This record gives sequence, structure tokens and C-alpha cells, in this order.
Amino acid sequence: MPHTVYFFGTCLIDTLFPRAGLAAMQLLRRAGVRVIFPQGQTCCGQPAYNSGYRDEARAVARAQLDAFPADLPVVVPSASCAGMLRVQYPLLFADTADAARADAFAARVVELSDYLVRVLDVRLTDLGPPIRVAVHNSCSARRELGVADATMDLLGRLARVELVEPERAAECCGFGGAFSVKQPEISAAMAADKARAILATGAAVLVGQDCGCLMNLGGTLGRLGGGPLVRHLAEFIWERTHRDD
Amino acid sequence: MTTEFRLAIGAALGQDRVRGNIRRAMDGLVTKRREAFPDPQERESLRDEGAAIRAEAVARLPELLEELERTCTGNGIQVHWAETGADANQIVLGILRAAGANAILKGKSMVSEEMGLNEFLQGQGIEALETDLGEIIIQLAHEAPSHIIAPAIHKDRAEVAALFRKHFPDQPPAQQIEELTALARTVMRERFRGMTAGLSGVNFAVAETGTLCLVENEGNGRLCTTLPDVHIAVMGIEKVVARLDQVPTLLTLLTRSATGQPITTYVNMISGPRRAGEKDGPTAVHLILLDNGRSRIHADPELSATLRCIRCAACMNHCPVYARLGGHAYGTVYPGPIGSILEPQLQGLAERGEMADASSLCGACAEVCPVRIPIPRLLNRLRYEAVSTRAASPTLGHGSRRLAVQSGIWRLWSWVCAHPRAYRALTRLLGLLRRLQPTRLPPWTDTREAPRLAPESLHRQARAAGFPDRA
Ligand code: SF4
Repeated sequence: MPHTVYFFGTCLIDTLFPRAGLAAMQLLRRAGVRVIFPQGQTCCGQPAYNSGYRDEARAVARAQLDAFPADLPVVVPSASCAGMLRVQYPLLFADTADAARADAFAARVVELSDYLVRVLDVRLTDLGPPIRVAVHNSCSARRELGVADATMDLLGRLARVELVEPERAAECCGFGGAFSVKQPEISAAMAADKARAILATGAAVLVGQDCGCLMNLGGTLGRLGGGPLVRHLAEFIWERTHRDD
Repeated sequence: MTTEFRLAIGAALGQDRVRGNIRRAMDGLVTKRREAFPDPQERESLRDEGAAIRAEAVARLPELLEELERTCTGNGIQVHWAETGADANQIVLGILRAAGANAILKGKSMVSEEMGLNEFLQGQGIEALETDLGEIIIQLAHEAPSHIIAPAIHKDRAEVAALFRKHFPDQPPAQQIEELTALARTVMRERFRGMTAGLSGVNFAVAETGTLCLVENEGNGRLCTTLPDVHIAVMGIEKVVARLDQVPTLLTLLTRSATGQPITTYVNMISGPRRAGEKDGPTAVHLILLDNGRSRIHADPELSATLRCIRCAACMNHCPVYARLGGHAYGTVYPGPIGSILEPQLQGLAERGEMADASSLCGACAEVCPVRIPIPRLLNRLRYEAVSTRAASPTLGHGSRRLAVQSGIWRLWSWVCAHPRAYRALTRLLGLLRRLQPTRLPPWTDTREAPRLAPESLHRQARAAGFPDRA
């Protein structure tokens, strides 16, 4: 029986990094999955939620519950947003009329690399040249969802990719959503240290699950100059595995 | 908004030497903790047990405190209740005056920092002599602790050596750690002699038996609790545990999480003053139970998890924000993740709510907390309390940080994101106007390049690439 999934693109990918989202959908489609992209989706609500504006977050979250009605997996190309949908929605909707709906929805949410590895067990044919890649596993991937291993597994299926993790790999990159704006100095200090650790790996590309972290690190590396290319894992994998024909 | 905290952050980030000192020490503590829990399964089940023991104690707090008062009194310990730090100070003063003491030996106690005891006593003409090496160092430097178990973590060996040279010019100069420790011992031991009163903190107070547990590595705690005639123990009311058989689990979690030790050099179990026929020990033991806002925290079923804390400092040792700031920048007695959930509740959100914002919610703290306090979740809850208008809440200062402009922006954002058509129209517009996107977007672009808006949203690209909209 062929798989059918919903795809939740996230607002960040929607507006700033749509190529990452499209690459993820193409990867799924190539693996034989029917991918539905509900046009009614917007944002998971995390920015307001983490700023304390729970009522405002809940209104947005409710719109997502409406946008993904069928009992299908919801694949998310971001561990942070997937964590919001999967872990935080049940808390956000606890003791509300939508509690049961939110619980059921949350249970359907899967982070992209987790889905590709655990559910699809995809095989990847690496068409690119040998390359060293630094992986940044986000805090949500590592701690909130526990999918960092799946990401490493997935990238490890590219035969000619050498994976490295920067020093202090488990430490936060300093993005933290609103944190990067509310506490810009601390955030910048964390990003600078992480960027230096990434540079020290000598990797040609930096890959991760979360465009928030990648935007933070890419922006910081860009300012330092001469750093690696920065790619969302879906885009990176798609670029190395698809043939233009 | 440039608050005191923001200024302190800016200053702290400029101090490379301090940051280096802190990071080195933290790395050591992180490594030792990791090595102290070689078996992850054992570690996780210990944490389950620890969390359950502390959750039980917090749930039964009023009843356990009454039991503790009974059992302690039965053991000959005089129990005092203090609502505020100022009350506790007065109690200490009364005891010292009655004993005719004009100085007091102090073991390490964060609760005494909370009380501001040293300054208070100084104002009363009573000298408080710190006995823990780290505390001695910062007392000489006229500083506050920057870490709850390693108060002088921000100082390196050379700084300590210089400090000792300045204060003990008659002593032979010391450089190595062993020499510095020996010097402190020689000088301080002399001063400790003949003191009438000693003060200590409490790690756990056992309700069942009226026993006060105190862990330490230098023997100074034992000194303070046995040498003088009067021993005063101060503790926050949350430090009570139900039964003696729960202590070993908490002890091993505490010492392994804190310093990676299987057990500390000294474990003191204090069960009362000297009895007839005993050769040493104090003739009077006092226990001061300090509330100072803890009952208020206890009143909230979610936030009361804060009170499970056993003050191991693992959360701060693993915190990337603490690593950059050090403890002093927080400007509070308790820094780091535990400080960021505790201080806003003790002092109120209007005063300290900003601390809850100083976190990327990375979760490193909750991953190591031996009693599984869900720190990021509580930070999120405090951010909510700070701006909420409706919630009935025992949290001090709730709603005090709501700003009209900010909440207006979130309401607008919420409306747009809850209305997909409006959202799509807006993202379309942003895509079309992307060339007008400013290149400078402070504070983001102060240190980073700004991402560029995409001409076509994923919504539009997905539709163009033939991905269906519905099942
Ligand atoms: S919050 Fe947890 S990790 Fe932090 S000091 Fe308390 S017990 Fe230790």
C-alpha cells in the first residue's frame, strides 16, 4: 500500500528557504509517497508560544489542526517546528475543547529525517563527489524529539559523504527563535563559538534539520567569510541524489 | 530597553579571562559528571527515583514540615520559622546575642546568601567568617558567589594567589593549588579557634527522624557544626524529605551530578546537640526554616516542580548561557537555569522576569537535572505568566511585563497566521516586494547576514509542482 502523507512546510521555509521544502517533498515523492501540501497551513505558532503569548499561539495552532484533518502522518522538515506540533501542542491545548484533537494530531507528527529512515528506510544513491560535511543537529532534534541519530543515519547513506560534528556538538547554536532578538549579545556569542567550531572541521558544507539554526549559523559564517556552504539536509540530499533529465 | 541585566550581560561578554576560567571549570565538572554515571540506564532510573522522592516531598510539604518540627524538637533541636530573609536574620541575631557571640563561623550556605546574612551581621557589629575555601576567596575579594557549589569558579589560580598575597603578606607566597589551600588552612584555622557559634546550610532534612544532612569536601562544615557551642542550621523549607531511606538515592544523585564524586569527603548527619556523656558537639542546635516566597511557589501545581531542586548545579554547568555570562551578570543569588526559574518566582516577574527570557530553551539543563525539573517548560510558563492578562496565578508580578505594543504585534501576527488567505496574501506580497527588504535588520544583522525573502513561497511552488492540497 503506497504511503500518503501531509507535508507541513513551516513558515520559515515557506518565506525564506522554499527550496529546502520543495526538495523534501521531492525526496518523499521519489520514494513513492503521495505528498499532500495543504494550502491552509501557516505557522506552528512557536514564536508566540515561546514569547509567552499562549492565546495568540493557540489561535494559530488551531488553524493547523484544521488544515490537517485526515488521519495521515504529518511530515515536518524542521525538528523545532515538529517539536512544537508533537510535544507542545498537547500542553498548549490541555484542558481546552480541542485537547483530544490536538493529542491525535500531535501523535501523527514526524520529523523528516526520522520519517525517511524509520518509516521509509530510503536508499540513497550518491551522485556527488567525495565531500566532508559538518552536521549541526538542533537542540530540538537532539533533546526534544531524539531524532539526531536518524539524521546521522540518513546522511550516512550517502556513500561519498564524510560526516563530522563540530566540537561541543550538543551545545545550542544560540538561535532560540525570539531569543536571538531578545538577547542578541548572548545569542551572537553562542553563534560565533559554534561558527568557529564548524570552520575548524574544514567541512565544505554545513547541513542540519533546522532552518532557524542554519539561518543563524549561515548568517554568522557569512560575516566571518569563507565558510562552508549551508544547506538544509533535504536540499543537500536532493542535490546529491537526483539526475537532471 | 537597556535594563541592568542587559548592561551586565554586555559587560560579562567582554570579560574573556573570566569566561575562559568559567568554561574550563565547567568542562571539568561536565566530564566528571559524565564519568560518574557510566551506565545511562542506571542514571535514568536513579533520576526517576530522585524525581519521585522530591515530588513526594513537595506534594506533602506542609505535613512533612510539621513532622520535621516534631522530630527535630524531640532530638533537642530548636526549630524556628522565618517568613522572610529579614526574619531569619533577626532569629540568627537573637541566638548570637543570647550566646554572647560577636563572631560566627560559616559553612557554605546559599540560603544565607538569600538572607544577606553577612552584611546584616556586619551592620550589627558581628563578624561572619566564611570557612569554605571558595567562600573565603570571594569574601576576601568582596564579591558574591558566582556559582552555587563553586562560588569562586570565575577566578583562576593566579588571581587567587594575588588575592592571598595581598591579604596575607606575612605568609610565604603560594602559587600551586596545594600551596594555596595549605595557606588558607594555616591562616584560617587560627581564626576559627575559640568561636562560640557556627552556621551551616542543610542539604536534606529528614522528617521521619529529625536528621539534618550536610555534604562537603573540606571538613569545614563539620568544623562549623561541631566545634562551636552553638550550631545554627538554615534551610529553605523545600529541603525536607519524608524518610531516611530516601537519602542515599538523593545523596548519590547530588554528588555525582554536582562534582562527579561517588560521595563527598564528609557527609554529616546531624541529629541534635551534645548529649549527656558525649565528649564533643555543640550544646545547642537551632534549625531555621526559611520560606521567603517558597509557599507561593508551592501553591502552583506546575511551578512547584521548582522546589524539587537539590542545588547540584548540574543545570548551570551544562548551560550555554551561563557559560557566556558567568554567575555575576544575573545579579541574583541563584544564577543559571535554576536561578532563571527560581528568582523570578522568589522576587517577582516585574523584578526578575527578564531572566526567563535569557534562555534559548535548548534543554541542556533538563537533560541533566537529577530530579527531572522540566526547566524549559517552566521558563515558558513564566514567560506566559509575565505577559498573561487572564490566568489566575499565585506567581508574583504576573502580567507585569505585558507591553501594549508587543501584545498588539502578537495579536496581529496571530490573526494573520490564523487566517490562511491573509497569510498567503501577505507572503505573496513580501515575495513581490523582496527587493525592498532592508539589508540592515538590527540586532540580527549586527553580527549576521540577513536571509533574503524568497520570490515564490513554498505554498506557490508546491502548487506549481503539482502537490495536491487535500487528501
Ligand atoms: S534545577 Fe536540577 S540540575 Fe539545577 S541545581 Fe536544581 S537539581 Fe540541580
